[in-house]
Amino acid sequence: MLTKTGVPTKEMVLSKFPNRDTLKKPKAILECYEAIPCNPCATSCPFDAIVIEDGMTGIPSLIADRCTGCGQCVIACPGLSITVAQLIDKKALFKIPYEFSPYPKTGEIWHGLNRNGEVICDAQIKQVLVTKNSKTALVTVLIDEAYLYDFATIKRYER
Amino acid sequence: MIYKDVIIIGGGPAGLCAAKILADQDVSVLLIDRDHHLGGQLVKQTHKFFGSEKQYAKNRGFEIADILIKQIADKPNIEIMLGAFVVGIYKDHVINVFKDNRYLKFKAKAFIIATGASEKSLAFENNDLPGIYGAGAIQTLMNVYGIMPEDEVLMVGSGNIGLIVSYQLLQAGVKVKGIVEAASNIGGYKVHASKLKRLGIPFYMQYTVKRAMGTTALEAVEIIKLTDDFQEIEGQTKIINTKALCIAVGLSPLSQLLGMMEVNMKYVKELGGLVPVLNTLNQTSNPNIFACGDVSGIEEASSAMMEGYIAGLGALKHLEVPHPRHDELLANYHQELASLRHSSYGEKTLLGLKKLEGGPYAN
Repeated sequence: MLTKTGVPTKEMVLSKFPNRDTLKKPKAILECYEAIPCNPCATSCPFDAIVIEDGMTGIPSLIADRCTGCGQCVIACPGLSITVAQLIDKKALFKIPYEFSPYPKTGEIWHGLNRNGEVICDAQIKQVLVTKNSKTALVTVLIDEAYLYDFATIKRYER
Repeated sequence: MIYKDVIIIGGGPAGLCAAKILADQDVSVLLIDRDHHLGGQLVKQTHKFFGSEKQYAKNRGFEIADILIKQIADKPNIEIMLGAFVVGIYKDHVINVFKDNRYLKFKAKAFIIATGASEKSLAFENNDLPGIYGAGAIQTLMNVYGIMPEDEVLMVGSGNIGLIVSYQLLQAGVKVKGIVEAASNIGGYKVHASKLKRLGIPFYMQYTVKRAMGTTALEAVEIIKLTDDFQEIEGQTKIINTKALCIAVGLSPLSQLLGMMEVNMKYVKELGGLVPVLNTLNQTSNPNIFACGDVSGIEEASSAMMEGYIAGLGALKHLEVPHPRHDELLANYHQELASLRHSSYGEKTLLGLKKLEGGPYAN
């Protein structure tokens, strides 16, 4: 249970993913399960693709047709609870927020971790974007499609 | 004796927002803080803030401090006094301030008390061993002075402060040995907890600290399992080796100055302790005294800012020079506060406020 462990159940996670056909294009996965008075995801979206009930106090939901997978919300979310996912040729391409120094470098292979912090796969770093206005890096990583619903973040290989 | 129209005590988010309302109005203002910089706890906060744009959400705390400070800096009607301790406030509306080894006296028509909160501690054997810190001390060392407190830390408390400081420790390269929580549920925002879980940080739920171990400094901590009603279960202990223990078990309002003015106050558990009874202008039972931010009930910085604006409007009204947009702004800030409190976290505050209004000292 999320409130006891900090880890959402599989059903909770699946409820945030659009169907696999939709994921042929990049879409934001809003892993926000708890109503916190907060709205930067919605206000940062250039396409009005994120709707929050009562303007601020509800849980955000995605209008998938409008979402272009740009990743603005990934950088904006104070809870670091948004990623962008896309399925390409048996692989899953994720855009994730990353706030540890040093940032990864394009081309590196890192560990992919699940929501429990366990190493589950390799993650190939495809792009690292640091915008002027935020110290949260937007890291694009490629993982095996099998880990689409389990992948949560990345960790550097320990030397 | 130096005379001012309004004296604001405390330059954190609440005091800064009160000052912002008073800026450019026809009143003389003194803003006092005991620290050597404004911003209060905001300056230690390296995480992005929740809320809406009105509270500068998605900016990091220290960035919000910069924004708020810039808004009041260089205002001709606002004098800022730093490194100054208000040691007494008296019924003839005089405060005694200790600064640079001298006592200074100020008199004002209105006071805005925005003194914030202090950290609660935890009683256990050996809790004075070097290596045992409050969360505020860890944040000050790391985020204000750039000093790593230790290379490993065990956290006590899974409220937002415990979760956020754990994450900040990880960002600083400190190993977080785990988070010890007495309750069965995580206290803070679950998104903060998830950030730590996905990095593999263990949570010891329904545990408390039994004792600290070490000869000259902390070496290990013994934690003990608790029942649902917080009774220790004998024999169910774990020993965790760690050089530092960080205690983040909540805050209590720093309301001593209000006590000196004998304003109506009440102990309300949900608001963190002894808090003043306030009207909709954040005015206490003494019409010259206003209170805002954590001193009037422990909440988030976003709420403290809104309360600061309200107290500023209240002080202007009390001085009979109401803000030109008084009614409109007051309604906006109350609406924003209601919105911020409209969540499972706000329920506790709302319950506390209800108890406060319905209490024996309510007026």
